[in-house]
Amino acid sequence: MAVLVIAESNGKTIDRGTLSAISAAMKIDDSVDLIIFDESQEVVNFAKKISGLKKVIFCKGALEGTLAENISPVVVDLSQNYSHILSSAGTFGKNIMPRIAALCDSQQISDISDIINEDTFVRPIYAGNALATIKSSDDKKFITVRATAFQAADINTGQAESEEGPKVEQYGKIEFSGRELSKSDRPELTAAKIVVSGGRGMGSGENFAILDSLADKLGAAVGASRAAVDAGYVPNDYQVGQTGKVVAPELYIAIGISGAIQHLAGMKDSKVIVAINKDEEAPIFQIADFGLVGDLFKIIPELTEKLD
Amino acid sequence: MKILVPVKRVIDYNVKIRVNAEGSAVETNNVKMSMNPFDEIAVEEAVRLKEAGIAEEIIIVSIGDKGAQETIRTAFAMGGDRGVHILTDKNTEPLVVAKILKEIVVKENVDLVILGKQAIDDDSNQTGQMLAAILDWPQGTFASKLDIDGKKIKVVREIDGGLETLEMTIPAIITTDLRLNEPRYASLPNIMKAKRKEISEVNIDDLKIDTKNRLEVLKVSEPAIREGGRKVEDVDELIKMLKNEAGVI
Repeated sequence: MAVLVIAESNGKTIDRGTLSAISAAMKIDDSVDLIIFDESQEVVNFAKKISGLKKVIFCKGALEGTLAENISPVVVDLSQNYSHILSSAGTFGKNIMPRIAALCDSQQISDISDIINEDTFVRPIYAGNALATIKSSDDKKFITVRATAFQAADINTGQAESEEGPKVEQYGKIEFSGRELSKSDRPELTAAKIVVSGGRGMGSGENFAILDSLADKLGAAVGASRAAVDAGYVPNDYQVGQTGKVVAPELYIAIGISGAIQHLAGMKDSKVIVAINKDEEAPIFQIADFGLVGDLFKIIPELTEKLD
Repeated sequence: MKILVPVKRVIDYNVKIRVNAEGSAVETNNVKMSMNPFDEIAVEEAVRLKEAGIAEEIIIVSIGDKGAQETIRTAFAMGGDRGVHILTDKNTEPLVVAKILKEIVVKENVDLVILGKQAIDDDSNQTGQMLAAILDWPQGTFASKLDIDGKKIKVVREIDGGLETLEMTIPAIITTDLRLNEPRYASLPNIMKAKRKEISEVNIDDLKIDTKNRLEVLKVSEPAIREGGRKVEDVDELIKMLKNEAGVI
C-alpha cells in the first residue's frame, strides 16, 4: 500500500525536513503521495517537482498556523488509502502526528533514524544515548522522521500529478493569533551545511556578534548551547541539543561550549566537528575532529579574517 | 478550575545511561530516578495558577510501579493537592497513557491538563497530543507562556522558527517547554506536609481499557562512538585542515 507524507510549508516552499521524510517514505514503498495544507500555487508547483512523488494533494482552508485540530480529520479520512503516514519530526510534525495517530487508535513511532523494513524502525531514545529497534503491530503506521538521518529528496526532476483534496473545516475551539519568527538572512539551523554555535564562554549576547561575522563569511547558521540560552544571550530557537534542535551539518564549529551530554545529543552526528575553547580539558575536545585551545575572542576574529 | 498534572518517573537527567548486558533495554537497576524535568515544569505551572487564584485543585497522577508514589510525593511537596497512582509493572506506551488519563479527566471533571512535552527516557513527545485527540480538546503544545482569562487561554508556543501564539477555550491540553517557568525547590515544611497528602491507588487491570502495547522493542544498542581528540596549533593549521583534509570549506 502507498505511503502518505504530510508536508510542512510556508506559502513559498516545502520545508527541508519534509524532503527527508519523503526519502524515508520511499524506503518503505515506491508509491508516495504528499499532502499539503497551503493555498499557494507556488508551493504546489514546487512539490510536483520533488523526485519520486506520485501525487500531490493540496487542501484549502487550513488558514495560517495549520492547526492540528483543523487538519487532523482530513488526514484521518485520507489515511484509509495508505499503510504509512509520515512527517518530519520538527515542531510541526511533533504537534500534529500524535493527534492523528490517536484518532486512528495507532501507537505512533517518533523520530525514526533508520528503516529496517515496513514495520521495524530504529529510533534514538534517551537523547540519542541509546538506539532502540522497534517493531510495530499496528495495521497503519504513523511515523515522524528525524530529518538529519535521511537525505533530502531531490527537488528538480519530479513529475507528480496534483489534485485538490478535501477542504479543511475549522475546529472552532482554537484560533491562531500570530507568529514571531526570528528574522535572519542566514540558512535555517537544521538545514544549514555549516553551523557556528556559541556557549556560555561567549560571555554575553552582544559578543555573539563575532559569531555572526564568522557565520556570514561561511554562509553558516548560528546556534547556541542551552547554557547560552539559559543565560539569556540568545533566543531559545538557537538552541542545539537534547532540549533544542538536532543538527547534522557538514561542519559544526562549537565555540566556548564545554560539551555537556545535553549539547552533544544535538550535534554529534555532524560530519566534521571543530571545537574552540580556552579550557583544554573541556569534554567537547574528546569528540571534536579538530580542537583549538585558546581565547575565542582572539581566535574567531582571526579565523574570520583569514577565510577567503 | 481543576488541573490534572501527570508525572513520570524516569532516570535522573544527570545519570549517564547504560544499555543492559542483554541489549534489551537501558539499565534501570540501582540508578537514581527523578521526576521527568518537563513534568516538573508542568507541576510548577499548575501551582502558580493555584497561587494566582485561577485553579482550586491540582491532582497529580503517575503510572508505574510502587516507586511512582515517590514521584507523586515530590509533586506534592511543590504544591500538588492529591494523587492518583495507577499501579503497573509494565512499561506503558503513550496511547495507553492517554487512554488512562482520559478516564481520570472524565471521572474527576478536570478542566485543564498540563503535561511535560516529552519524557526524557523514550523521547516520544506524544501523550499530550493523543489525550487532546481522544478527549476532542484543543492542544497548546510546547508552551513557553500561558495567560488564562476566564475560559480563554492564550498560549505562546515554541516552534522551529521562533514563537507562535494560539488562543483556545477551556477545557484544554497544555504541554510544557523549557522556558515556561523555573520549577521551585520544595521547602522542608512542604516536604513534611507532602507525606500526609492522599494518594489513591488503582490497579491498571481494574480500568476498562485496552492496555496492550503495540510496539515491541527488538533491541537496544549503544550509538557509534565518535573518534575525536585531535588538536591543531593555530588558526592557520585549522583552516588548512578544514580545506585540505576535511574538504568542508
